[in-house]
Amino acid sequence: MYVEMKDICKTFDGFQASDHVSFGIEKGQMAALLGPSGSGKTTILRMLAGLDRPDSGDIMINGFRVNDLPGNKRGIGFVFQNYALFRYMTVADNIGFGLEVQKKSKAEIKERVEELLELISMEDLGKRYPHQLSGGQKQRVAFARALAPGPGLLLLDEPFAAIDAKVRRELRNWLRDMIGRVGITSIFVTHDQEEAMEVANQVIIINQGKIEQIGTPEEICFHPKTEFVADFIETERFSQGGK
Amino acid sequence: MEQQIVKVKNKKGVRVIPGFGLSMGVTLAMLGCFILIPLASIFISASKISFQEFVEVVTSKQVMSGYLVSFSCAFFAALVNGVFGLILAWVLVRYEFPGKRIMDGMIELPFALPTAVAGISLTFLYSDQGWIGAAFDKIGISIAYTRIGITIAMVFVGIPFVVRSVQPVLEKLDRQYEEAAMMLGASRMRTFFKVILPELFPALLAGFGLAFARGVGEYGSVVFIAGNIPFETQIAPLLIMTKLEQYKYSDATAIALVLLIISFILMLLINSLQIYMQKFSKA
Repeated sequence: MYVEMKDICKTFDGFQASDHVSFGIEKGQMAALLGPSGSGKTTILRMLAGLDRPDSGDIMINGFRVNDLPGNKRGIGFVFQNYALFRYMTVADNIGFGLEVQKKSKAEIKERVEELLELISMEDLGKRYPHQLSGGQKQRVAFARALAPGPGLLLLDEPFAAIDAKVRRELRNWLRDMIGRVGITSIFVTHDQEEAMEVANQVIIINQGKIEQIGTPEEICFHPKTEFVADFIETERFSQGGK
Repeated sequence: MEQQIVKVKNKKGVRVIPGFGLSMGVTLAMLGCFILIPLASIFISASKISFQEFVEVVTSKQVMSGYLVSFSCAFFAALVNGVFGLILAWVLVRYEFPGKRIMDGMIELPFALPTAVAGISLTFLYSDQGWIGAAFDKIGISIAYTRIGITIAMVFVGIPFVVRSVQPVLEKLDRQYEEAAMMLGASRMRTFFKVILPELFPALLAGFGLAFARGVGEYGSVVFIAGNIPFETQIAPLLIMTKLEQYKYSDATAIALVLLIISFILMLLINSLQIYMQKFSKA
């Protein structure tokens, strides 16, 4: 297992956000944390990233216990829901931020930034500022920025939530292909069943801080283990059919 | 999901709350009576003396040193306020501690206090006999009756401007920026200087400008601690007062006019820079 959470518990002001959560993800996999809003999926992601601390349990990355390691030392890329691009920096400076931290030479940073701009097909937009970009472009920049320092794990918090429905599907495919090409282990949070099933090869279903089921999209769809999973998948389908 | 803001105006341009004409009229009347006419009268009053006399008055050694003292002290005071006001605002926004509300309320005290009261107490405290002044006197630094004293008085009157400009911006600042910087491996120092400070800079600049302007114009709290030694610690507003006491109204307004023009140019520069910075804030 490349990423492993062992018996993680976390409460916020008496609210049980994570209730004995355990799961593992193999290297190179793309996992989705799926659940209704308020189910505690983002908390799991934030604990993996080091933005929140678990009350008990172990977080293992690449065989090391990282509980006491601050987020900036874990070598994790994080794509925020609203991208959190630095407004006063150009696209190129945003992408180069993590490289500058690593004290890379100017030439090295420039080369890597250009390489990433090419990867997200935004070669000519390096000098733009975030407010001059569309939602989809912002997301691609956030993705490139997270990848720039060469993390071993990529975490994405509701990566498509802020994008309108038309572009979402397109961007979803793009992101899946891109992550496949880079070959990075990634975990993303979503409340959209279709999104999880289409993009991930491992789906973790969470409800009220507990893991309901872990499996491939097929297993989840055709062999739901709990009533909640069956219900959740069913209602999702129903609501999509109704649109 | 963001809620769409419903526009107050309907198709015909009729506003829900009427009274644009009246409120605009009141606004213009207020602006005219309290700001524009008094300012214009300075120009008219100053024009009573010939240009040569005007130049003579404003370039006299005493007046020039008055400008230098006022602007340099106000600048350093605003700089000090920029740093400490930022720290104060930071503490008030980011931490919870007992007495926070009281501390928050105390920020406004320099506004509420009559400036003369502030002047007297500062002088008392910082003179070579005072609590703080005596300590500094031992190591050979005198504060009262020097430019350091003037700067301290200006820091006192200017601190609320910086705190109150930065505070709301800091409250609204999304933690995601800091978290994003952290996830990219940045240390706290780098996160602060590269990510947070640029976000706060426009507000900080606005606070700096206001504190600076207040410092230049401050009279009441400064005159006591300044000691008013000619060419040393005489501030420009004091020179205006002196001229007025000598019934030299035109000379007084001449000094005031130059003060006004320099302040105007500085504020214009600060505000333009701020507007330039604001174009980024849309994202």
